[in-house]
Amino acid sequence: MSRIEQRFAELREQNRAALIPYVTAGDPEPGATVPLMHALVEAGADLIELGVPFSDPMADGPVIQKACERALRFGTGLRDVLAMVAEFRKTDTTTPVVLMGYLNPVERMGYESFAETAKAAGLDGLLTVDLPPEESEDVVGLLEQAGIDPIFLIAPTTTDARMDHVAHAARGFVYYVSLKGVTGSQSLDTSALAARLDAIRKHTGLPLGVGFGIRDATTAAQVARVADAVVVGSAIVRLAEENDGDPVGYARAAAVVVRDMREAMDRARSTSGTATV
Amino acid sequence: MNKIDWAAFPDARGHFGAYGGRFVSETLMGALDELQKVYEQYMGDPDFMAELDHDLKQFVGRPNPLYHAERLSRELGGAQIYLKREDLNHTGAHKVNNTIGQALLAKRLGKKRIIAETGAGQHGVATATVAARLGLECVIYMGEEDTRRQTPNVYRMRLLGAEVVAVKSGTRTLKDALNEAMRDWVTNVDDTFYIIGTVAGPHPYPAMVRDFQAVIGREARAQHLEMTGRLPDTLVACVGGGSNAIGLFHPFLGDESVEMVGVEAGGDGVETGRHSAPLCAGQPGVLHGNRTYLMEDENGQIIGTHSISAGLDYPGVGPEHAWLKDIGRVSYVSVTDDQALAGFHRLTRTEGIIPALETSHAIAHVLELAPRMRPDQSIIINLSGRGDKDLNTVAEREGITL
Repeated sequence: MSRIEQRFAELREQNRAALIPYVTAGDPEPGATVPLMHALVEAGADLIELGVPFSDPMADGPVIQKACERALRFGTGLRDVLAMVAEFRKTDTTTPVVLMGYLNPVERMGYESFAETAKAAGLDGLLTVDLPPEESEDVVGLLEQAGIDPIFLIAPTTTDARMDHVAHAARGFVYYVSLKGVTGSQSLDTSALAARLDAIRKHTGLPLGVGFGIRDATTAAQVARVADAVVVGSAIVRLAEENDGDPVGYARAAAVVVRDMREAMDRARSTSGTATV
Repeated sequence: MNKIDWAAFPDARGHFGAYGGRFVSETLMGALDELQKVYEQYMGDPDFMAELDHDLKQFVGRPNPLYHAERLSRELGGAQIYLKREDLNHTGAHKVNNTIGQALLAKRLGKKRIIAETGAGQHGVATATVAARLGLECVIYMGEEDTRRQTPNVYRMRLLGAEVVAVKSGTRTLKDALNEAMRDWVTNVDDTFYIIGTVAGPHPYPAMVRDFQAVIGREARAQHLEMTGRLPDTLVACVGGGSNAIGLFHPFLGDESVEMVGVEAGGDGVETGRHSAPLCAGQPGVLHGNRTYLMEDENGQIIGTHSISAGLDYPGVGPEHAWLKDIGRVSYVSVTDDQALAGFHRLTRTEGIIPALETSHAIAHVLELAPRMRPDQSIIINLSGRGDKDLNTVAEREGITL
């Protein structure tokens, strides 16, 4: 059983939704990331999504764009990010880590070389936002051999026909992009979410994570009632900027946000009865 | 070279060999499927094609001339040089051929809002123009650096009723404008049509833009045959994203005797690293929805580009060019900023035509190529745009304040 499967199985048993914080690797400086990951786990994260800095983050809003720019000042590249995963794994062998980013750095490193290095580092999943299942055959095969789950997105605009296609290629969990827009957008409509997730569940038995537009503990709790996982990115990454590049202050502030969300999500599940709707 | 069925490319999923494809976030996949469907439907629809032909004739002013540049040919003492006068189109460049076509598709799809990216501003102007004519809301994304270099075009777009957004992220040039337009599209995908200005981006854009621009080559081929009784020997066009080049080249691909040269922006010289020549000095990667040649570092980060011409200042290139390079059908070269400027002046003084700085790259290459050819041979240059927009850049470079 993979670390991701294991983690979702445990959570299901406890009737809890997974909390998945996203942070951009190397932001605000390379040395900040591994201690930050441990701090997030300590505060209640179940799985960590680690952003690979990219020069042209087309699917991201201003908060994560700036995080990429801060990380790229130090030249943090994909190999450096994998080294951070390996470092994290030395003391945490149970928390799954998923890389989230864009295809070109992986393409440049080479799919085989990436799969090999990522496996050795203890990486669990890869989500490349600009790689739809249609174009992913080569890389998915290599990832599966290396035991790394390819994570795919479903969007509000995904048709039923495409959902089957995505579900067929996906492993680990499916990431539902909760709104049309870039990361960090406002106004997630949680009322329509339950129906949408039900529709997706007709196509896949994988856990469903929901991300984009989850800004605070209240929204996280609402999403936790209906989803298997809550992904929070910009709400955390903005703290790097607010702490003016101080890694210790950033980690402390991020831990506070994660702890608040964790508590609100667990409370929501314990009062709403069953895990899935 | 084995016989290639040029009409079979791209394949159904938008691939030109290893290049092209559709590398976008899931949110846009539905919109691209929809676009591909209407594009395929209407390109075979006689009513749509009649409306397109009517607009190209009555609004754009097509067909434009294939002009024999006799004086320049004589001075260079080699091949006869012909200029395909896309600069005479309404709005002053080839870009309008494509915006007319895509705007008609937007109308068929019932979209009320149009967005576009622009580098030199020519595509932005051509988009704002068709949006004004059809009464559609229009937002143009332009790198902040380019809004400074191309002030007259920014004002032109605003006069036409477009909102011009100066993009302040990344390198503040064309690639960042494209990123921002993609972000807008993913947010407003229900009511917005994205008019991409070049033969790049996710499928079906590279094929669709090519098909709208291929009118250039179809006309040029017929005109050259009529004027000389034979096909040209060589075609030359500048390549940024590559839409004017594909537009000229594509109808000639099956003519094996016709050689083709795409001219990239060499900036300060390809050896300096300060250039915009991914085909000459880049390598394959994935950006902006397609796999193609890119300028990138060892980590796969896209690197800053440089060119005197904002329209060529882009780290990628259309995927069909990447494929044509690999199979050897088209050769790609680069010329420097200084060479392009020399080409700019030479054509202006010799033929009384002020070319765009982008186009000047093609002219610069021909200044070297033509003397090596015989006077009974011929070259067609795609004179893709006029140079009015570049007067400030040229003057500034030469220490003149206008």
